[in-house]
Amino acid sequence: MSEAYSRPVTGHVPVLRLGDVLLVTLQGDLHDSTAQQLQQDLAETISRTGVRGVLIDISGVEIVDSFLGRVLAEIAAQARLLAARTVVAGMRPAVAITLVELGLTLPGLSTALSTEAGMELLGQQAPVTRPGSPRQESP
Amino acid sequence: MHTAAGVEACLPIRSDMDLVWVRQHVRQAAARLGFGLVEQTKLVTAASELARNTLVHGGGGQMEAVHVSSGGVHGLRLSFTDEGPGIADLDQALSDGYTSGNGLGMGLSGARRLVHDFDIESTPGAGTTVRVTCWAAQPPRPREEV
Amino acid sequence: MPEHEADGQLATPTHEVRDFLNRRREQIAQRWADEPLFRTVFTVSRDEAVEAGKVVVDALAQVADSDQVEDPDAAGFSGVREQLARMGAARSRAGLSNTQVSSELAALRPPVENLLAADLEQAPPEHLRACSTALTVLMGTLRLVAMQTALSEWQALSDRQQMQLMEVATPVIRLWDGIVAVPLIGTLDSARSQVVMETLLNAVVDQHARFAILDITGVPTVDSLVAQHLMKTVAAARLMGAQCIVSGIRPAIAQTIVHLGLDLDVITRASLSDALGYALHQLGADIVNPGTGQR
Repeated sequence: MSEAYSRPVTGHVPVLRLGDVLLVTLQGDLHDSTAQQLQQDLAETISRTGVRGVLIDISGVEIVDSFLGRVLAEIAAQARLLAARTVVAGMRPAVAITLVELGLTLPGLSTALSTEAGMELLGQQAPVTRPGSPRQESP
Repeated sequence: MHTAAGVEACLPIRSDMDLVWVRQHVRQAAARLGFGLVEQTKLVTAASELARNTLVHGGGGQMEAVHVSSGGVHGLRLSFTDEGPGIADLDQALSDGYTSGNGLGMGLSGARRLVHDFDIESTPGAGTTVRVTCWAAQPPRPREEV
Repeated sequence: MPEHEADGQLATPTHEVRDFLNRRREQIAQRWADEPLFRTVFTVSRDEAVEAGKVVVDALAQVADSDQVEDPDAAGFSGVREQLARMGAARSRAGLSNTQVSSELAALRPPVENLLAADLEQAPPEHLRACSTALTVLMGTLRLVAMQTALSEWQALSDRQQMQLMEVATPVIRLWDGIVAVPLIGTLDSARSQVVMETLLNAVVDQHARFAILDITGVPTVDSLVAQHLMKTVAAARLMGAQCIVSGIRPAIAQTIVHLGLDLDVITRASLSDALGYALHQLGADIVNPGTGQR
C-alpha cells in the first residue's frame, strides 16, 4: 500500500466486449453505488448484445465484503436468466480465505484462476495480449 | 516503532463514500501495526460490514480506531457507534442469515468470525456500539524470536 | 579429620559457609563427581567432572559472600547458569523427567552437609545448626536456579520446534503442470490449518494450479474441527478457481466422518495416486500402461 489513499472508483466500470464475452476488470476499492451501477449496466449490455458469457476479473480487488459478494452473485443470477454464463476470475488468496470465514462461499458462482482460464471456461480463446491484467506473470 | 500517528482516528460514517475511507484507513493502520496480509484483509472486511451496518441500520455514525497493545503484541480496536433505532433482539441479529436490510444476512455474524474480540451493546431507541479488536501476532510467531 | 578454627568470635553463618566452601572446594567437587548428575554428564574424564563441580562451588561461595543465599537472581549464579542448563538438558535427553533431574540436584546437598558437620564438630551446636541451615537454603536456591534455567531452555526449545514443525510440515509439492499437493502429517490445530490454507492457496496462484490435493494419510484423527478446516480450504480454493481433492482418507477416518454426521461436500480419493490420476484426467491427460494401452 502506498501512503496516499488510492482513489476510490466511482461511477461506471468499463465493460469490454470480446467476441461473445463481456469482460469487466474491477480494481481497487469499489464504491457500493459503482457496484450496483455495474450490475445494472451488465444486465442491459447482455440483453442488448446477446453475449453468451461474462468474465469479471477481480485480481485487482483487495476485499470482497458481503455487499460486493451479493452483487457478484446477483450479476451471475441475472446473467443466467439472460442465457449468459458468468465467471469470476483471479480472486486473491486472502480475499478467498476472508470470504469463507465470513460465511460466503458463493456456490452459484463459477470461478477461474485467471482471465485466460476464465475465457477457456467460457469456451473461447483468450485474446493474444491484454495489457494491464495484474496476474500475467510468466506461466 | 509503532506510533499512534496514522493508526488512531475517528471517521464519520455518513455516506457510502465514507465506507471507502473507513476501509482504507483500517487497511493502512493494520499494515502499520504489522498485520499479515490475511489478517489485514479480514479486519478490513469486518470493518466494511460493520460500517455498512452503522450506515444502513443506524442511520450513520462514526468509527473510532485505537491502537492497543498487550504483552508486546499490537492490536487495533475499532468502535462503530450510531444513534439509530438500536437492535431489539441481539441473538437474532447475530445469527447467520438474519437480515433486515439488503445484504446476505452475514453482516454481524460474519464480522464476528473475522476478528479476535467482538462486543456489542445496543439500546432500542438509543443506538448501537460494536467494538472489535484484532491482534497482529497470532501463533505462528515471527522467526527472529528464536 | 575435623579442622576446627573457631578461635574467639564466630563468623556469621553465611560467611562461615562461604569460608567452608572455599576451604573444601576440592573435596566437595570430588564427592560431586561421583554423583549421577556430574558423573553421567561429564563422561570424558573424572577430572572434567571435578572441574565442573569446582565452578559450581565457586559460584555458591560467591553467592554466600554477597549474603544472598535465598536469592535465585544473585549475581554469583550468573556464571553457572549455562553449565547448569547444559547439565539439566543432558539429563533430560537421557530420558529423565523434570522431577528426576530435580532429585538428582537435591542429592548434591548431603555430601556437602556431611563435610560441613565434620568441619564444625567442635563449634557450638547452635552455630552448627545455623550454618547448616544457611547451607541448606543455599543448596535449595541452587536447585531452583538450575530448574529455572532448564525450564526456560526447554520452553525455548519447544517453541522453536513447534515453529519448525509448522513450517516443515506443510511442504507444497508441484506434482504436475497445474497440480499441487500438500501431504499433511500430524495433528491439525487451528494455527496449523491457517498456515496450511495460506501456503496451499499461495501455491495455487504461483503455480497456476487448477488442482490442489490435500493428502491426509498422515493425519491421525479427523474431528469436526479438522473437517471444518479442510472444508474452508476447499471452499477458498474453489473461490479462486481451483479444485481441491482430499486424498488418503483411511477407513477409520471415513467411519468417524460418517459418525460425526459431517457432510464432506468435496471430491475425495482413497490415495494420493488416485487423486493425481483424477486431476490428470480432468486436465485431459491420462496415465496409460504402455504394454496394454489400458489405464
